[in-house]
Amino acid sequence: MSRDKDRYLSILLISPSILAVLIFVYGFIAWSVRVSLSEWKGLRPDYTWAGLKNYINLFSDPRFQVDIRNTLIFTGVFVIGSILLGFFLAVMLDQGLKGEGFFRSLFLFPMAISYIVTGVVWRWLMNPAEGDRLSGFNMLFSQLNLDFLINKWHTTENWGIAAIALAAIWQMSGYTMAIYLAGLRSIPDELREAARIDGASEFQIYRHIILPLLSPVTLSALIILGHMSLKVFDLIIAVAGKQLPLDVPAIYMWQTTFDGLFYGRGAAIGILLLISIAVLIIPYIRFTLKAEAQQ
Amino acid sequence: MNKLRIGKNWLYIPLVAMAVFYLIPMYVMLVTGFKSFAEVDLQTMWNLPNGIHFDNYIEAFSQLAPSLWNSFIMVIPAAVISSMLGSLNGYILAKWKFRGADFIFPFILFGMFIPYQSILIPLVIFINRTLIPIGLGGIPALIIAHIIYGIPITTLTFRNYYASLPQELLEAAKIDGADMLGIYRYILLPISIPSFVVVLIWQFTSAWNDFLFAVVLTGNRSWPITVALNNMAGSQIISWNVQMAGSLLAALPTLLVYIFLGRYFLRGLLAGSLKG
Repeated sequence: MSRDKDRYLSILLISPSILAVLIFVYGFIAWSVRVSLSEWKGLRPDYTWAGLKNYINLFSDPRFQVDIRNTLIFTGVFVIGSILLGFFLAVMLDQGLKGEGFFRSLFLFPMAISYIVTGVVWRWLMNPAEGDRLSGFNMLFSQLNLDFLINKWHTTENWGIAAIALAAIWQMSGYTMAIYLAGLRSIPDELREAARIDGASEFQIYRHIILPLLSPVTLSALIILGHMSLKVFDLIIAVAGKQLPLDVPAIYMWQTTFDGLFYGRGAAIGILLLISIAVLIIPYIRFTLKAEAQQ
Repeated sequence: MNKLRIGKNWLYIPLVAMAVFYLIPMYVMLVTGFKSFAEVDLQTMWNLPNGIHFDNYIEAFSQLAPSLWNSFIMVIPAAVISSMLGSLNGYILAKWKFRGADFIFPFILFGMFIPYQSILIPLVIFINRTLIPIGLGGIPALIIAHIIYGIPITTLTFRNYYASLPQELLEAAKIDGADMLGIYRYILLPISIPSFVVVLIWQFTSAWNDFLFAVVLTGNRSWPITVALNNMAGSQIISWNVQMAGSLLAALPTLLVYIFLGRYFLRGLLAGSLKG
């Protein structure tokens, strides 16, 4: 039967990809888990069973505590900032003004650039030098008589990571704008018209009709941006290199594994990152596919 | 579409202000790149250059040329091969559902969200043991990594596209005697060119901009542009105007793609949040 032949052929053709994902994603995750439960440090592999030692040590490790704190600050500033900015940009662009396409492309272009380029440029914009060596944004603030805005950016004690989140907002807010704009466009005009006829103000329309209808978009944005901020790595490296006050789990993993050769600990950080992302992403995938099946 | 009403023109004020905000880094990158070495002073970084000088670009290019080349020879096969794989997988998952296909799909999808730190150690060991001994370390290893970890997103984009095509299209071809590969080759492939553009652009951009795989899998001679630029920026001896020129060179290929094919870029972006 030729149908059977087609069926076998399709399975045959997709198997290499499935096998690759099976090995390189799931097999490697399992392998990492095994490394994270081992004593391995140094160049030579050492799979001596260590139980949860690497994980337990991490949670009492001051550096990892800094990482968690930095990740939380970064996530808060980055996610809230990108969502708010993206939403307002989308609402403004949805008003049917001339030049909409131009502004939309402009707000989105940073997404085409690498975090490394963004980081290298922003590092000069956020130059923390003081006095007559003022430069970058600080100098701009000073010339505009906005001296109260002058700050130490990423070198600010304890909160420096928030400055890096600003550069990330610059890079990613176009993305939230794009998904909100797509969401706004899918809301039928009749809904707004009906509300207007009932005497609702523009603000009320957004507050009581549009925002609730956009909540699935907001949820996607929260999850996608949230999972990105857990992974943040290149941007920080490009702005500040490997500095302890701006450390995050991804940098710690890289450094401790490949510079320090603490493979067991590095693997444990990788797995903790994976777990924190899986908690966000697995329900998201299930929800999206279920919604798709219902359509 | 009766949204255009008088009194909304004030919106141009915040829009232009935001446009300025988005352009500031580009402005600094461009202006600084065109300054002469004599003008290089952090105190005058906002000023326009006195005339156009290409010294910085020449200097940056002479330093970054090998890694720009590395990036090109890495990105092109990575994008092309992972798009082809994604197209074939997407076709099979959408139109030739075998038993378990719906079960396998979310497992493939999850692969596009994982933090690569969770597979990095095995990946490096694997490459050291299998690819480096046969001379495929560096750039080839990086290409392979981008292809494999690109499978989830390329498969997703194509699957969503093929799933949106009516089943009748296939049935008609089957009655005419076309087999599975014939349908793909003569019916689906020709109409999926726009999807190919979307996926190619997406893979091109993400491989070009990748830093994590690049920094772990390549060495001095095989550095792609992101790693070389980061090292240049971390160096104390290279002046910042050369760094700015270098940043522009590093950003230019993906920026050009964005400028000329922005519509497709946006579609890839939206596909990345799972919705095709």
